[in-house]
Amino acid sequence: MLDWQFFSLLLSNGILIGLMYSLIALGFVLVYKATDAINFAQGEFVMIAGWGVAAAMALYGAPLWLAVAAGLGGMIGFGFGLERVVLRPLIGRPIVAVIMATIGLAAVLRGLGPLLWGAETRSLSLPISDSPIVWGPLFIPPIQLLGAVVSLLFLAAFGWFFLKSRKGIAMRAVADNQQVAMAMGINVERYFALAWAMAGVVSALGGIIWGSLLGVDVHLALVGFKVFPVVILGGLDSVPGAILGGLIVGIVENVAAGYVDPWVGGGTKDFAPYLLMIIALMVRPYGIFGKATIERV
Amino acid sequence: MIHRECGVLKTTYEADMALYPLPIARWTVAAVAVLMFVVLPLSVHEYYLSIVNLVSISVVGALGLNILVGYTGQISIGHGAFMSVGAYTAANFAVRLGFPFWLSLPLGGLMAAAVGAVVGIPSLRIKGLYLAIATLAGQLIIEWTINHVTFISGGVQASIQVPRPELFGYPIATQRQMYFFLLIFVVLALVATMNLVRSRIGRAFIAIRDHDIAAEIIGVNIFRYKLLAFAISSFYAGVTGVLYTYYQGIANYEQFQIVTSIDYLAMIIIGGLGSVLGSVFGATFVTLLPIVIRYTMEASGGLLFSEAAVRNLIPNLRLILFGALIIFFLVVEPEGLNRLWRNIRNYFRLWPFAY
Repeated sequence: MLDWQFFSLLLSNGILIGLMYSLIALGFVLVYKATDAINFAQGEFVMIAGWGVAAAMALYGAPLWLAVAAGLGGMIGFGFGLERVVLRPLIGRPIVAVIMATIGLAAVLRGLGPLLWGAETRSLSLPISDSPIVWGPLFIPPIQLLGAVVSLLFLAAFGWFFLKSRKGIAMRAVADNQQVAMAMGINVERYFALAWAMAGVVSALGGIIWGSLLGVDVHLALVGFKVFPVVILGGLDSVPGAILGGLIVGIVENVAAGYVDPWVGGGTKDFAPYLLMIIALMVRPYGIFGKATIERV
Repeated sequence: MIHRECGVLKTTYEADMALYPLPIARWTVAAVAVLMFVVLPLSVHEYYLSIVNLVSISVVGALGLNILVGYTGQISIGHGAFMSVGAYTAANFAVRLGFPFWLSLPLGGLMAAAVGAVVGIPSLRIKGLYLAIATLAGQLIIEWTINHVTFISGGVQASIQVPRPELFGYPIATQRQMYFFLLIFVVLALVATMNLVRSRIGRAFIAIRDHDIAAEIIGVNIFRYKLLAFAISSFYAGVTGVLYTYYQGIANYEQFQIVTSIDYLAMIIIGGLGSVLGSVFGATFVTLLPIVIRYTMEASGGLLFSEAAVRNLIPNLRLILFGALIIFFLVVEPEGLNRLWRNIRNYFRLWPFAY
């Protein structure tokens, strides 16, 4: 007989964590949707943003609001700069080049973090209580609730942005066909930069929330590994896909960890989403909401 | 380097397809062979020889990855996992059944080839980014499996101690003996790759890389050749893993994590995608980079920083330089060190006439 209390605990936890994954996946989707480039350094973006905010508070004594503002501003600037220096020269080059460039970027950020702010783990404390909200059989840590809410808000905001706003429509046009967009008078390069800056904002938020959940050090970047199953399941270029993929991954990894871990001695959390992803790639290679590309010679 | 090519008239296809069409190229190869087989091992200190050995191992792996990524255009972030498959296969055969290296080494390679072909199956439906992520999944799943299945990993710390390889009863133990042992495999891998890429199979690979749908239309069996590319590349990776295991005397999964996969990708990017010589350059460069950084920092870093700061600096500096170099090469010289080498060579081919 299934223990419903245990199961609902795993499920609720999975949903909240999953929504927090969605937030990070959103940064990935934004960049892919707008520029057709991919960001293997998404986890490192989150890490460096969280680290910057934590270090601003711990080392330079900045108040929380200032640190968060500096983190957001810094990541926007970083996004712009990155597009200009690294990604613009790679426009039109094979996909392996862009993948490798972002992998290189990931290495740079991983080295830069401890070099600037020291290797020890920092805590990033937000002014919310640590004691979980008990609601029936569920224990919900407030930080996870906050993360889920922020993530839903941003997903809704970007959904609206892409569907309704002028800039969002222009961005979709750029993603669809760069040359036609250019011919219609859209400044393609500016929208590329905008997409990277938006990814920076999302990473900063993700960094603050995940940082306060896990603490900030190099290991925070491992959150980025969860992005891939999430976006593959949902579809690389779909904002609703990011939510759905996040939920699926969050639930699967929590339930699998709850039931399988005692048998194999841990590690299921990192393993199950990837197994699921491989199966998904076989069945539906372009994800649930993804756009299947048709190719012809 | 300064040689003239006039008067070289090719009248047969064999002459046109020769690996070394000019006499001077043959002499150069012979000179390099003498240098590598005689001069270097006799003149160089054991410690430096150990660095050369590390380079040799990487060359084999980089060649394998270049066949897959550079020649066939299939991105793989799972090279390190295939190495671990080879390493653990060989280690298990060597320890449990007492197989000598000339049996366990090809067995490790074949096992890696089989696993690689399985991981390559998604490449039939997906490509580009999706394939990269699928191979990443392969890497993580293989890592997890080796770590959690004690039948493979043999218990404590998931590492297996391997006896030294033996040849006719003589153990290959010192760095100098190891050097010759590894060099033979490097030469084999180099010659095999050079011949592979100019064969029918190699041409099919290049056709798939350049335009897979067009290749299919002209009659290349995509299914077969994509999996073959994965299998061959993984075979090289498996052999690399076995060599590394014998070199270290221990099979350990920590040597084959995702960082390793990225290192090898960096080798072929920095060296030059789709070039045999580039794989050698890239493997040398990426292997030497951390060693050079450590030396310079230990020698001169103390002037600027405290000793503790230097120790913190070295690994981070390595990461930063490593990443920055990848980006630099991608942006500035996408064809890598091999292209730089060709530029130099072409300059001297015409020298002193610049036209």
